[in-house]
Amino acid sequence: MITIENLRKSYGKLQVLKDVSVSFGEGRVVSVIGPNGSGKTTMGKCILGMVLPDAGDIKIGGQSILRQHAYRSQIGYMPQIGRYPENMKIRQVIQMIRDIRKDAPVVDEELIGLYGLKEMYEKRMGALSGGTKQKVSAALAFMFNPQILILDEPTAGLDPISAEILKCKILKEKKKGKLILITSHIMSEVEEVADEVICLVDGQLKFHETIASIKAHTNEERLSKAIAKIMNEED
Amino acid sequence: MNKILKYVFYDIIRNKIVLAYTLFLLLLSIGLFNLGGNPDKAILSLLNLVLLTVPLISIVFATTHFYNSYEFMELLVAQPINRKKIFLSEYLGVAGSLSGAFVLGVGMPVLLFGASLTGLYLLLTGIFITFIFVAMAFLASVITRDKAKGIGIALLLWFYFALIYDGIVLFILYTFSDYPLENATLALTALNPVDLGRIIVLLNLDVSALMGYTGALYKSILGSLWSVVLAFGLLLLWVLVPFVSSRRIFSRRDL
Amino acid sequence: MRDLSKHTTFILATLVLLLLAPLAYGSTLRVCESCEYTSIRQAVAKAKPGDTVLIDGGVYQEHGIEINKPITIVGRNNPVIDGNFKGQIVTVTADNVTIEGLTIKNIATSYTRDDAAIRVIERSNIRILNNTIQKTYFGIYLQNSENCVIKGNTVIGQDVTGLNESALGNAIHLWYCDNTVISNNRVEGHRDGIYLEFVKDSEIKDNLSQANQRYGLHFMFSDRNVYTHNIFRKNGAGVAVMYTKGIRMEHNTFEGNWGAAAYGLLLKEISNSVIRNNTFRRNTTGIYMESSSRLDIKQNEFDRNGWAIRLLSSCIQDTFRLNNFTGNSFDVSTNGNPTMNLFEHNYWDKYSGYDLDKDRIGDVPYRPVSLYSMLVEQVPPSVMFMRSFMVDLMDNIEKVLPSFIPENLVDEQPMMRKIDYDNDRKLTQVVR
Repeated sequence: MITIENLRKSYGKLQVLKDVSVSFGEGRVVSVIGPNGSGKTTMGKCILGMVLPDAGDIKIGGQSILRQHAYRSQIGYMPQIGRYPENMKIRQVIQMIRDIRKDAPVVDEELIGLYGLKEMYEKRMGALSGGTKQKVSAALAFMFNPQILILDEPTAGLDPISAEILKCKILKEKKKGKLILITSHIMSEVEEVADEVICLVDGQLKFHETIASIKAHTNEERLSKAIAKIMNEED
Repeated sequence: MNKILKYVFYDIIRNKIVLAYTLFLLLLSIGLFNLGGNPDKAILSLLNLVLLTVPLISIVFATTHFYNSYEFMELLVAQPINRKKIFLSEYLGVAGSLSGAFVLGVGMPVLLFGASLTGLYLLLTGIFITFIFVAMAFLASVITRDKAKGIGIALLLWFYFALIYDGIVLFILYTFSDYPLENATLALTALNPVDLGRIIVLLNLDVSALMGYTGALYKSILGSLWSVVLAFGLLLLWVLVPFVSSRRIFSRRDL
Repeated sequence: MRDLSKHTTFILATLVLLLLAPLAYGSTLRVCESCEYTSIRQAVAKAKPGDTVLIDGGVYQEHGIEINKPITIVGRNNPVIDGNFKGQIVTVTADNVTIEGLTIKNIATSYTRDDAAIRVIERSNIRILNNTIQKTYFGIYLQNSENCVIKGNTVIGQDVTGLNESALGNAIHLWYCDNTVISNNRVEGHRDGIYLEFVKDSEIKDNLSQANQRYGLHFMFSDRNVYTHNIFRKNGAGVAVMYTKGIRMEHNTFEGNWGAAAYGLLLKEISNSVIRNNTFRRNTTGIYMESSSRLDIKQNEFDRNGWAIRLLSSCIQDTFRLNNFTGNSFDVSTNGNPTMNLFEHNYWDKYSGYDLDKDRIGDVPYRPVSLYSMLVEQVPPSVMFMRSFMVDLMDNIEKVLPSFIPENLVDEQPMMRKIDYDNDRKLTQVVR
């Protein structure tokens, strides 16, 4: 569904992505892992069009997305830290994104209901806790039934129950045949929801495998150990 | 576009700083009109105020607002919407609400106590100055990602246009006083929107239009309707140049 | 005593009547369409000294009328003399002539001769009263004449916008004339409204001079004249007074003299004169003073001028007292350091001092010359930066630490409130 070809990006002298090529199919949950500064977020931002790559191409459904914007109607994005205009109410933020995506055929308000956001509709964004803002971000990402979801550290800042709700939602959407990209540092969580793992190190693709195959060839029961083993082997 | 604009606008007009700004302008204008007695004099005092505080508030507020809305803009960029539209909405939201504050704070008293063509020019100038300095603020904000640096650049711009520029030009005029400088001066003032705005109001304020040989010369050049249109055209250019260039940078940079 | 004075008056009156008797007994020659005379020139030729030529209505296509004997010409029912642009219309070459109630019009502009509606050549006791003069090159032209009266005339030329000054003559033009009275005239649309050269001991009052191409009133080498209650409005360059002494200018109004080189009052080489109770309103420059000394400028109103006073450094010993300065862009400006001039007890609306002892006089001095006004004097284009924040800053710093502005141009005792000339007589006396 998403094909990344020879993607390069550098900020000044710092090369963040060095010739990354990878592709993701639909109906999968892909976890993007890697040490800090390895280029995970940059890759996500390239797909979203926030960062413009120096070279290479990104295709969604065979169409290049560089310098396009309409394709984003197929994407739901949940940022790591959601910050919203302070004086807007939750209702207005949701209303605004709805206005932007007027032509979305289905509106999925499941998370709004599960997180009880409706009861807080008239609260100002400035008055909300970090966790509640994350709930709003999550609700917005899933709201328009997008084919692709990009979630940046989705459970960070959420309480365990809310995190659980989110994980359930992720799995539910996966079953509908969607592609879900998650960056996360929490391996247990990755193990719970993801089918595949891609690992970036220093802007290069280290590996791209299914969780099952990783466990198989490292002979480890737990993913975190398996990953650690792979990393150490390299050194 | 107006999908976003509506909400940005709504957010800003409920901002406490904007409310305080409106109130400040309102109290000051009413005070000046009731103190001086002569509306022309009040408009002159207002002019000084407008040319000093409006650029300052506009540029500082717009810069901070831009940096504060950074994540929000990221969120918007992830939506199926053109970056240029996002930028335009943000710009119009900020400039529009600040102009609104200005029109409320200064326009209403002018309308009540000193409605005249000069008052209208003062209002138009104030609105243009707001739009210009918000555009400059956005330019400063897209040039650097560092908030402190951005605000620093914004303050420098204000300092330059409101103060230093006039000092430099006066110094140049003084140094080269042996040469005919009439037209050069005219050109130099067009290079500073604050001066341009000041002169539009001044030349239409009877009190001071009579400024000797040069004043009369400028009055003959700038006093006609066409040249007022031209001067406002120049101000429009001052809005468009920083706005278009910052929008260009914004739509081509990484967030 | 009382009886004696009554007696004297009676005798004097009788004497005057006796003296006037021969004039009164002159015969009257009537001119009209159906009268004995149908041409003015004819009637004038027939008239004997002391006669009256009475013109009753009608339009007369005449020019070159020479009045060479002491007669009175009176117009009744609006007679019009149309010169048809052929040359000078009335020339007076005798003493004791009166011309009254005529409408005289149409004289062509000439670059070789100064044709006028009425010209008086080397005569005395001429009275020109209540005439209307339209579209002439010069209006009333007196040369080498004395004891004349020009009163109640209306001299209107043309719209002078865009015209060159050499294409226009003066409305009232006097050259070497002493003891003249010019009053209640209305002059407009000429080069100069009233032009006086070598005119001494004369009185100019209650005239309205407006919309002239150059000066409303222009006089040179004309000592000991009195100008009162005149209005000079919207003339190209206002009023010019040059090379003269012993002038009294009082109760005049100078207003709307607006433009590149316009002044309310331009003074050049004037001395020992009095300028009092005048109003200078909305002029580019209220009073421009060059090489003028010992002038007493008192109780004048300077309102909304660009410069109220421009005092060049060549002026000495001028006093400025009890004047009101309101709404002027610059109160006083100078190009150097004029000495020995006195500013005292003026009201300045820009004054921001205080009055602790409540004597209505400010406790701190006021400096009417600002640093910026000096800069503008030196570099005129810098006027574009008027009311810029930088300029205000500069002026305020200079106010606190004066270092450039002339030290002796200062009003040590500025008034706290605007001086009301009618009600503040008492105050004036106290201050005096």
